[in-house]
Amino acid sequence: MSDALLTVARVSKSFAGTKVLQDVSLTIANGEFLTILGESGSGKTTLLRIIAGFERADNGTLTMNGNDIDRLPANRRNVNTVFQHYALFPHLTVFENIAYGLRAKKVPASEIKTRVESALAQMRMSEMAARRPAQLSGGQQQRIALARALVNRPALLLLDEPLSALDATLRVHMQGELKALQRETGITFVFVTHDQEEAITLSDRIAVLRNGHLEQIDTPRELYNRPRTAYVAAFIGKANLLPNGMAVRPENVQVVAPASVPVASGSQSWTGTVKRIVFAGASDLIEVDCSDGIILNARVPSGGSYPPTVQLLVASEHLIPLS
Amino acid sequence: MRPRVTWVHAHAALVFAFLYLPILVLIVYSFNGESVAGFPPHGWTLRWYNELFADDPLWSSVGNSLLVAAFAVALALLFGIPAALALDRADFPGKQVFRRLVLLPLILPGIITGLSLLTLFASAGAQLSLLTVAIGHGTALISVAVAEVSAGLQKFDRALEEASRDLGASEWYTFRRVTLPSLKLPIIAAALLIFTLSLDEIAVSFFLVGRENTLPLEIWSRLRRGITPEINAVSTLIFAFSVVTIVVWFKLRGSATDA
Amino acid sequence: MYSRSYQRLVSIPPLLWVTAFLLLPYASLFLISFWQVHSQQIVHQWTLHNYGQLVGNPVYLEVLGRSARIAASVTILALLLGVPLAYFVSMRAGRFKNLLYQLVIIPLWVSYLVRAYAWKTILGGNGVLNTLLIHVGILHQPAAFLLYSPFAVILTLTHIYTPFVFLPAYASMAHIPKALIEASGDLGASPFRSFWKVIFPLSLPGIIAGATFAFVLSLGDFIAPLLIGGPNGIMISNIVVSLFGAAYDWPLGSAISLCILILVVVLISTTESVERRLRLGGAR
Repeated sequence: MSDALLTVARVSKSFAGTKVLQDVSLTIANGEFLTILGESGSGKTTLLRIIAGFERADNGTLTMNGNDIDRLPANRRNVNTVFQHYALFPHLTVFENIAYGLRAKKVPASEIKTRVESALAQMRMSEMAARRPAQLSGGQQQRIALARALVNRPALLLLDEPLSALDATLRVHMQGELKALQRETGITFVFVTHDQEEAITLSDRIAVLRNGHLEQIDTPRELYNRPRTAYVAAFIGKANLLPNGMAVRPENVQVVAPASVPVASGSQSWTGTVKRIVFAGASDLIEVDCSDGIILNARVPSGGSYPPTVQLLVASEHLIPLS
Repeated sequence: MRPRVTWVHAHAALVFAFLYLPILVLIVYSFNGESVAGFPPHGWTLRWYNELFADDPLWSSVGNSLLVAAFAVALALLFGIPAALALDRADFPGKQVFRRLVLLPLILPGIITGLSLLTLFASAGAQLSLLTVAIGHGTALISVAVAEVSAGLQKFDRALEEASRDLGASEWYTFRRVTLPSLKLPIIAAALLIFTLSLDEIAVSFFLVGRENTLPLEIWSRLRRGITPEINAVSTLIFAFSVVTIVVWFKLRGSATDA
Repeated sequence: MYSRSYQRLVSIPPLLWVTAFLLLPYASLFLISFWQVHSQQIVHQWTLHNYGQLVGNPVYLEVLGRSARIAASVTILALLLGVPLAYFVSMRAGRFKNLLYQLVIIPLWVSYLVRAYAWKTILGGNGVLNTLLIHVGILHQPAAFLLYSPFAVILTLTHIYTPFVFLPAYASMAHIPKALIEASGDLGASPFRSFWKVIFPLSLPGIIAGATFAFVLSLGDFIAPLLIGGPNGIMISNIVVSLFGAAYDWPLGSAISLCILILVVVLISTTESVERRLRLGGAR
């Protein structure tokens, strides 16, 4: 296991009487791409801001490479942030924006020039050096914001929903770029988003926050195959939540004609009427109304036809126990 | 995030002290036993306040000021609200010139506004009176009304008017039931500000006053004759009145972040 | 979206008022400035003599120079007091922000005359400051220069116009997106550096507006000089006042007033275009 870069220990934070973070603990490993995933109000942005140094936790500690950093102001932490709306300085050129942190640390001018130019080249934006942020497109601004942060070679890079302002195609493209960038530089990325697909695509690990609590922190695959709570199961991918405290993924629900297939031991089975078939490209999602108010979704290859009444089968290894 | 007392705090404290020192001196010396402002103040007396309350000419000038201020508010709003609307939604040649002209008195020294109106009135053969003073105030303070109402219009969502028209309402109806109500706060804030500024106005009034004095000019003429501690008393009262007014105005206009 | 009649209805009354009470008065000022005074009577004889007087008369030039110096001093002092204060209230005051903001503008609402008079009380020979200094032993006799001097005028006008500088500077600073300041800190800048490299440049339009206010209004002030300026504190507007009063020369007074008017308009246009250029090059 790679060494721990940052340890968040039992951090809590309240704003005006409302508890935004409750007793959150997690460890960020050196060189990993960690995503903090949650809905709005989950506390994910607050946690990020505490790590950056813009807020101070009410309780708990932050330890980086063995040192306590909670008393350090933002400008003295070896942490840099890419802001949601980029926060590029409108009165400075692209070059000056990227150079800003280096100038603040009194890096010699010749070195600044080299580093900024290479950062621009890495982003393929060398011709934009003399432009102002207002003259750039959203995607370009985003890359400059990244360059501005990375040129300082921080130990930790924080990204606050940086792709949320981009349109869908650009978003997917930038996701790929970010992932490649992280692998290239080896810098630890902490990425905040509410988009679970984005989280699954990009992350080495995902920390799911809900109402200020850490629900689960695991690799995407583990979170998908072994969610620990109903919330995580439903948040990451689609899930059928069964009344017996179990969950099953729609693609693991087998749809057959009633009584046409023997039910293996340990499997669960339901019979119900087909309510809807939703076309989803490569697959169809079949909504089946079983008795007792249970509605189950099954994902099947698209194009099939189904009788009005069907039997649903789930093998025992596909049943996920939830706490 | 960690509150540290730095030079910025010290600087701010000094500036506040500077701003409030004269006011504090006024208040303290309005109760001063002696009639000179030497240090330290002697005794404590309400004598100056008593003299103040018995001072009829002063109170009649207060009445004049109130009259003029009310008139100025009426004029400024009557012409300022349409002016703000015109700047926001009408198109006509010379609009930019008009905008500059309307807002000019805000920054133009009062003497220019006062003198220009004086020459106009003199050419027209008009008699100087409280009316001419009120016209002067109104003209100068339309700019305040325009500024406040324009700010309110900026925040206003035009979609509301469009919805009203879409539902069949006429322009006038829309104005009365949708636009004007949304401007209620800026208009009241403007009225309050104009009223207070008119009460204190001296530069424009200086040239347009006739036989009847406004309060500032009455105080002015007494100051020319010599200091009386009574002036401290009336100043303290004016200060108290101002504080109350501004607290009300502030509550109306929202927090400092809306300013 | 708005009909012709709506547009006409809202624009015509104000246009009429502006024409009657702003344009016409300036026009009459313009006209009169070309006339003359013969034996206490204004005579409609066209001449450029008045404008020549303004440039040629050494007394007027000296007073004009002094007025400019006083106005400049007031502006610089008001900036030194008002801008850091705006920074403090908008960015370092935390939950006291609204209260402190109100505290700064309360003096604005207290009568100008009252405040000028208060300084008279403080600065006079028998006033608070002198008697205090004598009482404590720093002085042995009252300092005369405190009152009835340019010093008194500068002090009083600085007191009056510091809030005028504070207001637009504050408004500018309050508009700076918080994220920009956080980004500056995130990149390693100290609070001091963040102020000079980010906050100050982005609030420059407001600061310039405030400075223009202070300069123009100080330049045209005549009340403070009359009250506490003494013979050495006379400013250009005082000359104009006497020309419309005892010295009875309306044409000359009008000429000087018109020059002041034109100066103000030119100044405002210049600073406005500077502000606009800063805003376009800078803010979102």
